[in-house]
Amino acid sequence: MELPILNREQTPAGGCSKSACGTTTDQMTHLPEAIREKVHNHPCYSEEAHHHYARMHVAVAPACNIQCHYCNRKYDCANESRPGVVSELLSPTQAAKKVLAVASQIPQMTVLGVAGPGDPLANPERTFETFEEIAAKAPDIKLCLSTNGLNLPDNVDRIAALNVDHVTITINCVDPEVGAEIYPWIFWNNRRIRGAKGAKILIRQQQKGLEMLVERGILVKVNSVMIPGVNDAHLKEVSKIVKQKGAFLHNVMPLIAEAEHGTFYGVMGQRSPTASDLQALQDDCSGDMNMMRHCRQCRADAVGLLGEDRGQEFTMDKIEHMEIDFEAAMVKRKQVHDGIEAMRAERKTAQETAQETAPEAILPQGCRPALLAVASKGSGLVNEHFGHAREFLIYEASPAEVRFMGARKVPAYCTGAMECGDGETALDVILDTLSDCEGVISAKVGIDPWAQLEAAGIQPYGEYAMEPIEDAVRAVYGEMIKSGRLESTDAMISQAG
Amino acid sequence: MSLSITSECINCWACAPVCPSTAILVSPEGLFSIGATACTECDGAHADPQCASICPVEGAILDAAGAPINPPGSLTGIPPEKLQAAREEIAAR
Ligand code: SF4
Ligand code: SF4
Ligand code: SF4
Repeated sequence: MELPILNREQTPAGGCSKSACGTTTDQMTHLPEAIREKVHNHPCYSEEAHHHYARMHVAVAPACNIQCHYCNRKYDCANESRPGVVSELLSPTQAAKKVLAVASQIPQMTVLGVAGPGDPLANPERTFETFEEIAAKAPDIKLCLSTNGLNLPDNVDRIAALNVDHVTITINCVDPEVGAEIYPWIFWNNRRIRGAKGAKILIRQQQKGLEMLVERGILVKVNSVMIPGVNDAHLKEVSKIVKQKGAFLHNVMPLIAEAEHGTFYGVMGQRSPTASDLQALQDDCSGDMNMMRHCRQCRADAVGLLGEDRGQEFTMDKIEHMEIDFEAAMVKRKQVHDGIEAMRAERKTAQETAQETAPEAILPQGCRPALLAVASKGSGLVNEHFGHAREFLIYEASPAEVRFMGARKVPAYCTGAMECGDGETALDVILDTLSDCEGVISAKVGIDPWAQLEAAGIQPYGEYAMEPIEDAVRAVYGEMIKSGRLESTDAMISQAG
Repeated sequence: MSLSITSECINCWACAPVCPSTAILVSPEGLFSIGATACTECDGAHADPQCASICPVEGAILDAAGAPINPPGSLTGIPPEKLQAAREEIAAR
């Protein structure tokens, strides 16, 4: 899969000079070929792939061996991909069955992850048995797991033997004193160990596990939960260290803490970071490091494209009654994957030709960048109605490039007649969530929200339905320049920090 | 001599694999209990009862005398009055 090296020298004066910048499609450009090959079809690791390929998680690992202050084991964990103990727990055999059912119904599914509901490596037998069954039956599915890292060093060899090619470690700190504010205790060597002492062991195990995985050529992504006043300043250091040790992606996620989750942070009133806090930290951490901005903090039993969850279509009940012709499904999968690749290649060529034939000189250099929100339900197209969007993809457009900044969840403005009564408040939340954006591009916008968006200074654009997202963003940015909206330079730049 | 599991238990499975005496029982409905004759209180095997050392839920495991081994506030660090206040506040919404 050739991903052409973008010519960074093109970056004009006034544009972004950080080496992490490329166009969104090419955020992976500086990675070694072998890694690019591995992430090319991985929705969680490749921003571009996430529009096309789907992932699924199976909840086979209930037990956990540490306590995080953002987690209440009883309920769905809002921060990590963990559905809570009340959701459907599967045996390895049931999990394998579910995976095969999904693989045949959703041929775009290329990745199976085990992420909980507890810690996969606190349940090694259940986790590895699931992987063994899948590896034997559907070898075209990539395996990955997420762990808190405590038991990682002991399990690295088994992970390598099973060809698990991606591991995510949640690392929130490298300093035990900071750790003591995040992890009240760990279970280690048959004892509950509290405070900084426990955190110190956890940190040591995480770092050792990271090194051992990298030595074996396994891709490691690091997740960190950004907790204002606890580890926000510290995460730059974390980013630097994990990068030095060979992690290929660092994903900083915002803390989600509500009193009703019953977590320590929720009950104690710890605040969550704002979207711009998060963006500023992600920018600070980026350096040469790939920052992952399209993460959706999905549940440990999520099924589907990122940002969607079709888990309800695949409950054990329903799977029992499904007829699965897996051989036919494998053929179908191959066809669908080939189709997606052909489309991606075609789009890429089209983009390149467009760039060659329409030199970027058309865009006056030196214009300030602008944030634009896009409603999409996949395939990399502007194909979602404003009123149906559950999330908006945020892009930063500048004369030099279109850069993906992240996805922001919102309540759907209108989810059908039943819930339209909530439309008012939902729209307020959307306006608030997108307050730093200057435009929103969707397949369609109603008259009412249109007026309110305009009033809030967010220009709606509805004429780019079914166009590739980046083309639409570029075109809208061009329109904005032409209309003179981008002439005042100061406002946005100070915000983009 | 045996520990026991209360209805606070959230069926998280953490205790089952760490018990040296295979004394943790799981009912077909997924409810957890401790077999009174099998449980040794980990005597001779470990310094601390293993189930109570990994259990994340305050009040879920009682000692032989019926007292919670992990009383309110001891695992989450949330002072019980704070938790109560938060509960009331949520209920009042
Ligand atoms: S590691 Fe995961 S399951 Fe365990 S306490 Fe932390 S967030 Fe919860
Ligand atoms: S006290 Fe020890 S022997 Fe008894 S149930 Fe708990 S872990 Fe098992
Ligand atoms: S560890 Fe505690 S909460 Fe979890 S199953 Fe055992 S007794 Fe229940």
